[in-house]
Amino acid sequence: MTLFRNVVFIAAIAGLVAGVVLACMQAYATVPLILKAEVYEQAGGGHDHAAAPAATGTMAMSSAAPAPAEAMAPAEDEGWAPADGFERFGFSVVANIVTGIGFALVLVAVSEFAGGIGNWRQGLFWGLAGFAAFTLAPGLGLPPELPAMPAADLVQRQIWWWATVVATAAGLGLIAFRRSLPLAVLAVALIAAPHIVGAPQPDSFETAIPEGLHHQFVVAVTLTNLVFWLVLGAVVGVVRGRFTGTATSLRDSFA
Amino acid sequence: MNTASVSLGASASSQSRFMQLALAAFLGIFVMGFVGFSHIDAVHNAAHDYRHSMGFPCH
Repeated sequence: MTLFRNVVFIAAIAGLVAGVVLACMQAYATVPLILKAEVYEQAGGGHDHAAAPAATGTMAMSSAAPAPAEAMAPAEDEGWAPADGFERFGFSVVANIVTGIGFALVLVAVSEFAGGIGNWRQGLFWGLAGFAAFTLAPGLGLPPELPAMPAADLVQRQIWWWATVVATAAGLGLIAFRRSLPLAVLAVALIAAPHIVGAPQPDSFETAIPEGLHHQFVVAVTLTNLVFWLVLGAVVGVVRGRFTGTATSLRDSFA
Repeated sequence: MNTASVSLGASASSQSRFMQLALAAFLGIFVMGFVGFSHIDAVHNAAHDYRHSMGFPCH
């Protein structure tokens, strides 16, 4: 299991570095926009799976006492949540690092099948591919959403998201590693197919979130993810280079 | 340092190599799925800002 151990080791270092970088970028670029959107969310009557806003309106009119209890209800419905501020930020950092290692495991394992990421420059290209498969393609059909935005059924969106990632990655792999025209045509079809099928969409797009805020959020998410993937790929290339000694000998590692 | 150490586990047979890489990839997918996609409320709330910031389907 030396290979497995080495893959995990490289992924752990790259995921840690890229995850910390991403968490820092999110703290400045995306989280402030999420907090702004939550102001609209609370003004509009809590989470979309919380109590109906009409009920709180009539309760407030009839008597003043039950109103605070109604206002507290959404938080109780959703179970434990980290306290706002440092605790919430801390859990975001942990999530970034843990999934950064998860993304890195997939990236290193898949790239090893194709010969491995030899240096930081190759890593940048692998990072671009990861960005295209995991952010760009799913983000076309399901743009990054802010809290309180209308959305279709969660499970259906998750299935579409994963199917798009797999189809896009397979298509990019065929284009990069198979020198055959029919396979290139198949690759284009694979990349286009999820968007022809179409992502699950909500019945109504009506939302309290201003369009400008959402647009800003889509740009912030896309850019932070681009930097994350470039850092992840480059660090994998550097760490793997240290492991294998010289970049030229990488050709020997795969038949 | 012998020549075998220049790649990540060059001594492994091709079948064993495939299994180990597949195992690593599945471990990564499992980790991403648990933190980013599981429906457990506590996990969702803990990683809430992260899920939104990654463009993962949320809520």
